[in-house]
Amino acid sequence: MGPLIPQGIITGDWDFVIALLLGIAFGFILEASGFSSSRNITGAFYGYNFVVLRVFFTAVLVAMIGLLYFDYMGWIAMDMLYILPTYLTPMILGSIIMGFGFVLGGFCPGTSYTAIAIGKIDAMVFTGGLFLGIFMFSETFPFFSDFYYSENMGNITISEMLGVSNEVFTFILVVVGLAAFWGTWIIEKRVRKNINPYKFD
Amino acid sequence: MNTHTESIKRPKYINPYFGGVLLGLLLLLTMYITGRGLGASGAVKSAVVTTVDKVAPSHAEESTFYSRFITDNHSPMFNWLVFESLGIFIGGLISGALFGRLKKLRIEHSPKISSKTRLWAAGIGGILFGVGSQFGRGCSSGAALSGTASFSFGGFLVMMLLFGTGYAVAYFFRKLWI
Repeated sequence: MGPLIPQGIITGDWDFVIALLLGIAFGFILEASGFSSSRNITGAFYGYNFVVLRVFFTAVLVAMIGLLYFDYMGWIAMDMLYILPTYLTPMILGSIIMGFGFVLGGFCPGTSYTAIAIGKIDAMVFTGGLFLGIFMFSETFPFFSDFYYSENMGNITISEMLGVSNEVFTFILVVVGLAAFWGTWIIEKRVRKNINPYKFD
Repeated sequence: MNTHTESIKRPKYINPYFGGVLLGLLLLLTMYITGRGLGASGAVKSAVVTTVDKVAPSHAEESTFYSRFITDNHSPMFNWLVFESLGIFIGGLISGALFGRLKKLRIEHSPKISSKTRLWAAGIGGILFGVGSQFGRGCSSGAALSGTASFSFGGFLVMMLLFGTGYAVAYFFRKLWI
């Protein structure tokens, strides 16, 4: 029964081999889907290419439904699954800063690695910026460490927060996802009529 | 088809819904094996800690931030996310080579802006993403994608706000892209 590493079914020696293999699959899917191009990615913000929404939303839904299925079949111990903790205000601030970074940079960290791999200098500069940003954060950390740890809500789940079960939440998200796939398909067709197709590099 | 559209080479990307299903299955497999999801920004953090530890070891030891990640046993680079991110790079390389996108060094930008402008925007965007990912406890991979998929409220919050902010401010930066 999973998860395999926390249960001790796969021992620590294999950790990094598994990390590398999962990473290779991750990078392959990102690049093959078109995430090594910043103009492809930001298309979602201007209506000419919704590939980000399609890939991202589909992935979330597949993983969620899969997890519920694994739980139902008793294949995975859900209480051993890592739930990202919620620090409310710091995370709100962080996401807003990342939103600006996304529109300016055109990449997120994972996609920038795949873009470097195929030779994009702008992605190298983006990753250099990431390094600099995390360095600046680390050096000034003592000034806002209180804020950084504030409003810790612990490993709270969506269902605990919204008062609906994981199954109901997943169902709602599936409906929202299908509506978004349909709606953005219409928008994309209209926008593409009015703009010159952009050249891919 | 006229010559204009033919001159624009459409890259061979896989169907986005197919890509999404693959990514979802990979995320499920990752959670099944490791008990947690995928990530990306963590590797850069390890690189920052390692660099500071090498350049200024005493400064790193005194710092409340760096000292959390430094042990005597091994380098901070000996970390799950570093190996995974190395994999992301290799995977991108394989896919790029396979689909013919692995080419000489180049800068991709809208014809309306110069390469220099693009690099400045990319650099500043990277800095913002770096800072934001620390407060957000992860980036689009670790917090938004993996967090949401494992039903974390914080992950869902990051996903909504990251993309929401993107849409809210996209208008002001439109010259960079369209």
